[in-house]
Amino acid sequence: MDETPSDRKQQGKGREYLSVTRVTGPLIVVSGVEGAAYGEVVEVTVPSGERRTGRVLESREDTAIVQVFGGTEAVDTVSTSVRFTGETMKIGVTEDLLGRILDGTGEPIDGGPLLIPDAMRDISGDPINPSARDFPRDSIETGISAIDGMNTLVRGQKLPIFSGSGLPHARLAAQIARQARVRGEAESFSVVFAAMGITYEEADFFIRNFRETGALEQAVVFVNRADDPVIERLITPQVALTVAEYLAFDLGYHVLVILTDMTNYCEALREVAAAREEVPGRRGYPGYMYTDLAGIYERAGRIKGREGSITQIPILTIPNDDITHPVPDLTGYITEGQIVFSRDLHRKGIYPPIDLLPSLSRLMQGGIGEGRTREDHAAVKDQLYAAYARGRRLRNLVAVVGEESLGEIDRLYLAFADRFEREFLRQPENERRSFEETLDAAWRLLSMLPESELVRIEPSLIERYYPRRTEG
Amino acid sequence: MTITGTVARISGAVVSARGLAGARMYDVVRVGNDRLVGEIVVLDRDVATIQVYEDTEGIAPGEPVTTTGMPLSVELGPGLLGTIYDGIQRPLEIIRDETGDFIVRGVHAPGLRRDRGWDFTPIVRRGDRVGPGDRLGTVVETEVHEHRVMVPPGVQGRIEEIASVGRYSVEEVVATVRDDTRLHRVRMLQYWPVRQPRPVRMRLEPIDPLISGQRVIDTFFPLMKGGTAALPGPFGAGKTVVQHQLAKYVNADIIVYVGCGERGNEMADVLRQFPALVDPTTGKSLMDRTVLIGNTSNMPVAAREASVYTGITIAEYYRDMGYDVALMADSTSRWAEAMREISGRLEEMPGEQGYPAYLASRLADFYERAGRMTVLGSTDRTGSVTVIGSVSPPGGDFSEPVTQNTLRVVKVLWALDADLAHERHFPAINWLTSYSAYAGRVQGWWAERAAPMWEEYRAEMMGVLQAESELLETVQLVGEDVLPEEDRLVLVQARLIRDGFLIQSAFHPVDTYCTAEKQYLMLELLVRFYRQAREAVDAGVSAAAVGGLAVKSRLERMPFVPNEAFPDEYARVEREIAEAFAGLTAGRSAYGVTTRG
Repeated sequence: MDETPSDRKQQGKGREYLSVTRVTGPLIVVSGVEGAAYGEVVEVTVPSGERRTGRVLESREDTAIVQVFGGTEAVDTVSTSVRFTGETMKIGVTEDLLGRILDGTGEPIDGGPLLIPDAMRDISGDPINPSARDFPRDSIETGISAIDGMNTLVRGQKLPIFSGSGLPHARLAAQIARQARVRGEAESFSVVFAAMGITYEEADFFIRNFRETGALEQAVVFVNRADDPVIERLITPQVALTVAEYLAFDLGYHVLVILTDMTNYCEALREVAAAREEVPGRRGYPGYMYTDLAGIYERAGRIKGREGSITQIPILTIPNDDITHPVPDLTGYITEGQIVFSRDLHRKGIYPPIDLLPSLSRLMQGGIGEGRTREDHAAVKDQLYAAYARGRRLRNLVAVVGEESLGEIDRLYLAFADRFEREFLRQPENERRSFEETLDAAWRLLSMLPESELVRIEPSLIERYYPRRTEG
Repeated sequence: MTITGTVARISGAVVSARGLAGARMYDVVRVGNDRLVGEIVVLDRDVATIQVYEDTEGIAPGEPVTTTGMPLSVELGPGLLGTIYDGIQRPLEIIRDETGDFIVRGVHAPGLRRDRGWDFTPIVRRGDRVGPGDRLGTVVETEVHEHRVMVPPGVQGRIEEIASVGRYSVEEVVATVRDDTRLHRVRMLQYWPVRQPRPVRMRLEPIDPLISGQRVIDTFFPLMKGGTAALPGPFGAGKTVVQHQLAKYVNADIIVYVGCGERGNEMADVLRQFPALVDPTTGKSLMDRTVLIGNTSNMPVAAREASVYTGITIAEYYRDMGYDVALMADSTSRWAEAMREISGRLEEMPGEQGYPAYLASRLADFYERAGRMTVLGSTDRTGSVTVIGSVSPPGGDFSEPVTQNTLRVVKVLWALDADLAHERHFPAINWLTSYSAYAGRVQGWWAERAAPMWEEYRAEMMGVLQAESELLETVQLVGEDVLPEEDRLVLVQARLIRDGFLIQSAFHPVDTYCTAEKQYLMLELLVRFYRQAREAVDAGVSAAAVGGLAVKSRLERMPFVPNEAFPDEYARVEREIAEAFAGLTAGRSAYGVTTRG
């Protein structure tokens, strides 16, 4: 396209061009551009006068490829104007964000008062220096046995929920947000909630839940709904985490960040990659998805000498319940464990339907034990896992060969697995069990097995905690 | 001689610059007004394509690009031990002092501190003839490690001057060496390009095992000093815990731990634990023997690609001093993915699963830098680099390119298994799929250390485990009922080996490290139990009766008995085994039958 004088670079900020030459998916190519910075924010004005925000994805000497967050609908190659702002993407942060509901790009949608930022922060954030990190060790009592007893969550951890469509992940996330406390501290968590591409109903569930429990006052809610522009989702987690970092590391809040649904985020990422005609990786997702997700998940943690913390609970609905799908797979490689939901347990009416065998909390070891939860916690957890796994294996076997073929001990394990699911795993949605209650319940179940079977527990602990019939 | 050009294009970590005629491949350049560190990876006339080691956001076409005339190098000298670096050897603690808790762009800090003095003691005298690798003097780097200041590769001649005993900074000249044509000034600080292996005199076969205190590794799938091992596994299978255990306990002199594209909190965990932990060989702080490279997943991807090279170059440097070095790379898949990401941005023709076609050769080149070597220098000295690489296959599927290409070069496979991990059987090293090409070679080492029957016991117990896996297939189909008693005994014994030997808790204060002596004694008790049990079963005792013996629980709890107390425990358990079986067979002869069930 020929350059007109007005297309040319103007000095300083606010260079404006009418030279959109190509529109493909969420991307536009602007030519005749000089010196567009990588990652620079642009303002796109479509012929109707509507303005949208975009970001430079690739910059060459005379062209810029721009990703448009509001979508490219109605963009033309004649009169659409593109203004380069000279800025990278930033969001204004302030404590007043608490209690507010915003859209996926950080614009208020609750009709509340104008927000006056205390500072402007780059949304991509800088990586925390590994040597500045404080290793997370304060265990969180969520009141949920399956988590507290078996996969303890620690303040500063990133622990995703791997769920599937139709499973109650939203209820569990809301329950955690409601009940989570650190032992010995009255203070609850502030919540930063980022919704990406979820339905009105689901978004409403969270907002209502926060409102009813009074948690909304201590929450910042970002909502990109299913019918909002897909591409906007790509910045929602970054915006939310920038706010979370400000609250945690500048103001000293303990922040619980709930990101839902990361699968939608990854799909948006795939859409942009496809529009750029990049070489696709597994299932069409881009090869850099690991790095991209790490840029989100690694924004959790604690920093030495700073008061606050960021704990992340990303939620993923796994397509077709296939845990090897790239989204859960890459997530699991970055996060510090995972809580995996099971459709079978859900069908059996067990809430929370957490499949313990593939679930894991990597930071559990540092957060439990004497002086933190209880001295027997690690051993009890190992023994419960071993026993439950054995019971589950026997269940498969019995399905083939029948229960009669089992020995006496094996039958105990089979019964153990059933009772474990019914009495330990299952709990009412509003029940809050303390660590002691969870561990005592565990010992009651373990006492179904003879002492000699409890080989993962040291004799001195068995001596102290194993419920004896003579006492009962 | 520096050349300056201008940025022409930016796409993620890859930047093109024009006006760089005369720049050389792999030269380090400074990109943009922030002077970000980059490396030239493609040259096309005056256009250089550069991979940038820092976040490129905000860089615009037209900004300057300047060459440094040097390839990507590391600084070598005293002060490496106990330090944590990023992928291009920037000291993270010093960067933190300068710029705060978050890593901002354009920060520069040299790998070795200039302001610190080191106590140097000369070894050579004026007039001595020296060549590459010869020791000029020593420095006490940490309480346990003598840092040997060596003549760098490429320098030889007569010592003209040598520094006397005293304190020097790394930049001060400690020796001058004159050859026929010129005078070389040798400092403690030396540079080496990371992508080029440091030269050695000769490659040797490994001879000693690398003892890790981890039973399944040392006893069943041993690694040797100078060997290579791969540790693939799906997420949650415990790769990092195994790597941490190795970093803590292997009997190497120096550990280089590369956290490549992994979690920040894992590095924080190492930094928290290591200073307080004690090296089982020397009794000193573990941090004193450790160099950490931490380029976490959210740090720039190109620096991740460089991190394994930075690590192995440092490892080679200590090897050249005559040390046994072990390098853990966690995870090599992230390194391969960094290669893939950069290759994609370079618009190279993709190979399998989008990885560049040179993936296999890069992996092979890296693992080939391991080995036991006669190092440079006029006296015969050996040193070794052992490499243990984690692999993170997508979906835990080992048929993917990184795992497969790694297995083509390494000698040991510790295959981590999701099913074992789900049962909390840790370390989740699958004994059926793992292997060690060194098993036959370490036998002599064990035999010399009062473990004469090691090979036989090991084979016998592995045989039981293999038999178990076949029997379990049958059991899955028709149940345990149909098995003859000796087969049911195999199941009992295999269970015992799993619970009493293979499972090892990294978090239990005693079990975390099991000496070679204790491993052998445990193995012997397991064999003894099995042999007596077989005799008993042959004599008509049921496998269930064997499984119900009280002494079996005792065997299962062997892991928790402290190393030093184990010989006593051994004697007691040995006696109990004898008594228990005597009781069983006596019972049988008294009643003539045994109950099954």
